[in-house]
Amino acid sequence: MTNPNALLHRRDVVNELLRDRADLLVIAGLGAPNWDVSAAGDHPNNFPLWGAMGGASMIGLGLALAQPKRKVLVVTGDGEMLMNVGSLASIAVEAPKNLTIAVLDNERFGETGMQKTPTASGVDLAAIATACGIRTSRIVRTMAEVTELRDLAHERRGTAFAQIKINPEALVFVMPPADGVILTTRFRQSVLGDEALFN
Amino acid sequence: MAEAAKSRSEAVPALPTWPDEIYRVLKDAGIRQVAMVPDAGHSRLIRSFEADPETRVVTLTTEEEGVAMLAGAWLGGERGVLLLQSSGVGNCINMLSLPVICHMPLLMIVTMRGDWGEFNPWQIPMGQGTRPSLEAMGVIVKKVDEPDLVASTVQGAAHLAFNTWKPVAVLIGQRVLGAKNFKELARK
Repeated sequence: MTNPNALLHRRDVVNELLRDRADLLVIAGLGAPNWDVSAAGDHPNNFPLWGAMGGASMIGLGLALAQPKRKVLVVTGDGEMLMNVGSLASIAVEAPKNLTIAVLDNERFGETGMQKTPTASGVDLAAIATACGIRTSRIVRTMAEVTELRDLAHERRGTAFAQIKINPEALVFVMPPADGVILTTRFRQSVLGDEALFN
Repeated sequence: MAEAAKSRSEAVPALPTWPDEIYRVLKDAGIRQVAMVPDAGHSRLIRSFEADPETRVVTLTTEEEGVAMLAGAWLGGERGVLLLQSSGVGNCINMLSLPVICHMPLLMIVTMRGDWGEFNPWQIPMGQGTRPSLEAMGVIVKKVDEPDLVASTVQGAAHLAFNTWKPVAVLIGQRVLGAKNFKELARK
């Protein structure tokens, strides 16, 4: 078993992934990844989910295909990724250059009482992503590797996947707006301009 | 002689034209992303989209992925369509929260099983549950049982979805698709 003291802290990881974010577009999976992304700073280019478990990475795919010149980062949890792990197959086949998926893996269902997820028993999401055909796929355990991942997410060199081993700590919730219409409209207005308000 | 040949050829049912018609309707609606789990009833439409360099056809492992993907497409300013069989509607239920609560358009074209003339009893529960489960989630449902009305139904649904930011499903009935008879197939 890994020494939990050696594990990365989730908010350090997300702060680093979003450092100098420029025009990065961010999808945050429900639960703690949403709070982590929001703790790094509410932003119109964030689309934080309050539900739709299992959908984060596919929202990232649809967005990446629609906006091939922008960079898309999905930040989600291991439970959320596992719920639709088949998405990795769908995404690997499409292989958009501008999509990075960062799974914050605390090996727990954090919002529901810290029950273990399959990754706690060794299920290797990065290997699944590799087997699906996502060549840039890795397990991340150090901040230096997080920085590398941050740089990858800001390039458009191919779909990337990372399973980032983090401490199963429960932190204070930092919430973005909860109204889906506000989140959708401000994101579209930011990405597409005021025209988005008219259609 | 020529007359007889002509009448024989007329007796052969022509290929249905509605798949080509809805391809045109969907192109006119500006569809760029096609998310699908294939169904035999959609095969002709899927081939049309696959041959179209302007559209991206994405094969899903489960239909709910398509609901999420098309939400992402909308966030990025593109319109899409989800092609699925009625059994796949059951896989979408919780994910439909996303377009419903975010007022995003979603156009679903559902080919029915467990409907008119079904031979497979296992198709009945989800086939009969398709409309009520979609409606329970707040999806507007339009069913079409006449081949001649498929294109106009899809056109109306596309306008409804993209002009009013609603999830809308068109159910294409087995009367349109033709029901297979597996007992006959098993004898061949």
